[in-house]
Amino acid sequence: MNYTTNPLELKAPIIQSKKVSAWRKELTIPKIIATILLILATIFFIFPFYWVVSGAFKLQTVATTIPPEWFPLKPTLQNWTELFKNPVERWMFNSFIIAFAEMAAICIVSSCAGYVLAKKSFPGRGIIFTLFVAAMALPKQVILVPLFTMLADFGWVNTYKGLILPAIGWPFGVFLMKQFAQTIPGELIEAAKIDGSSEIRLFGTIILPLLKPAVGALAIFTFITSWNDYFSQLIMTRSTSMMTLPLGVATLRGEFTTNYGLLMAGAALASIPMIAIFLMFQKAFTQGITMGAVKG
Amino acid sequence: MMSYLFLLPAFGFFLLFVAYPMVKGVYISFFDYSLRDFSFIGLDNYISLIKDDNFMKSMGNTLLLVLITVPIVIIFSLFVSMNIYKKKEFARSFFRGVFYLPAVSSVVSITVVWGWIYHPNYGILNYLTGLFGMEPVSWLGDTRTALLAIIVVLITTSVGQPIILYVASIGNIPTSYIEAAEIDRATPWQIFRKILWPMLMPTNLYIIVITTINTFQCFALIQLLTSGGPVYSTSTVMYGVYEQAFMLGHFGYASAMGVILAIVIGIISIIQFKYFGSDVEY
Repeated sequence: MNYTTNPLELKAPIIQSKKVSAWRKELTIPKIIATILLILATIFFIFPFYWVVSGAFKLQTVATTIPPEWFPLKPTLQNWTELFKNPVERWMFNSFIIAFAEMAAICIVSSCAGYVLAKKSFPGRGIIFTLFVAAMALPKQVILVPLFTMLADFGWVNTYKGLILPAIGWPFGVFLMKQFAQTIPGELIEAAKIDGSSEIRLFGTIILPLLKPAVGALAIFTFITSWNDYFSQLIMTRSTSMMTLPLGVATLRGEFTTNYGLLMAGAALASIPMIAIFLMFQKAFTQGITMGAVKG
Repeated sequence: MMSYLFLLPAFGFFLLFVAYPMVKGVYISFFDYSLRDFSFIGLDNYISLIKDDNFMKSMGNTLLLVLITVPIVIIFSLFVSMNIYKKKEFARSFFRGVFYLPAVSSVVSITVVWGWIYHPNYGILNYLTGLFGMEPVSWLGDTRTALLAIIVVLITTSVGQPIILYVASIGNIPTSYIEAAEIDRATPWQIFRKILWPMLMPTNLYIIVITTINTFQCFALIQLLTSGGPVYSTSTVMYGVYEQAFMLGHFGYASAMGVILAIVIGIISIIQFKYFGSDVEY
């Protein structure tokens, strides 16, 4: 562009170039290809879920026909009655009780710790926070085996204690709450102190309500993580009655013959609660993920 | 005093269930620790590991898994994010939801349906490839395809979080930068290369590091789809730790594997920090 021209004459080319750019955004070939690829990727990601749900309502004989029946033409509930011949209610109860307990405990301990790490100064604060962050960055592989031998020594294998308590020592929760608590204005805390409120009252009536969005995000995050923590649940359970829903569903796979209808019913049951929770609270969940990734 | 009281529950759980096991893990890697034995053997576990062909194969598979998965996850999530970040809130939630589904639904559900899709006789994949005249393949039972089959599933479960983060980060970049470039008639590729990619550096680093760590820790997919087979072609170090400790009862040996894996992850993370951790701020 020729900058020596009269500024007034510049107007026209700018408007034109904006139009060109808008047009380019809408219709170019790369744009069309990108949209097609996005649609294909979406189908590729949704298909397995469609296949689980439709498979759950197919008879075993139908599930294994080739060419496949794309839609269950004769839907049946047989897989579901078959599924509930297993202790499914017990597995669901275990999954929910473990996830709720971990969620509540992590939210409480993390918000307390996050608050003091963000807003109080005391000897050792820096070291303690560094320890949490370092543990978050370090891989957990080294922990699994010694943690298991330790819990075995405690006699906690195949108990709720063994399934719930180790998960509470989760540095990410503390980190997330500390990041969020830092945004609370110090004046609020000062004002409450001048009014003579005790630390615990201050935390309960002022800090906790302000932390609510972060606690919400952490709660959903913890719940989903706990429900899907397959490895820990696998090594910590021994009896069918202590299994969680995903573990129970995994046992439905036959060694040589597999009843796919039954398996899909189980798979649907194991994921539907989490998908529902995620869709309901997507906003809070998304914020939690983003908050945890932002540098402090 | 009150501060310590607030800190105590979180720190106590952390010390007992994270810090102590970490130290203990290194400690027992120097022992012949099995169901029968507990005796100090120094570096013997590590020496045996180096000579262990299956371990070396698992390490190779693990590195291969990372080398293939991480770049694909980054490219795929960037591609999706660039295409959806400008869309209306409803469409954005829809796409974020679609790509996060595999991560949020139980890994068991993911593996059972993929096990069916890959089935040599009545899997839908062989039906589809058959339409193009291809011979049926035992996707999970063939040493040539098993790892690839795992990688495809692993990628679908890994892209959710990167997409959420990229959409948020791209949304944070001031639109004036991109508009200015568009007025100067920069091509989309130039805009991406000169503006978006450098400004996304902090996000890139975070995503590369967590995707690498998650890939190293990938376990359930392998245990449920192939159990490390056929002939160790899909075994990873993580799966090896499980096999040695929880199936064979070799806790010391498994701990040494865990320590080596942690060191490898540590080195790779440091390299990634050095390479991508340029201090771009905006």
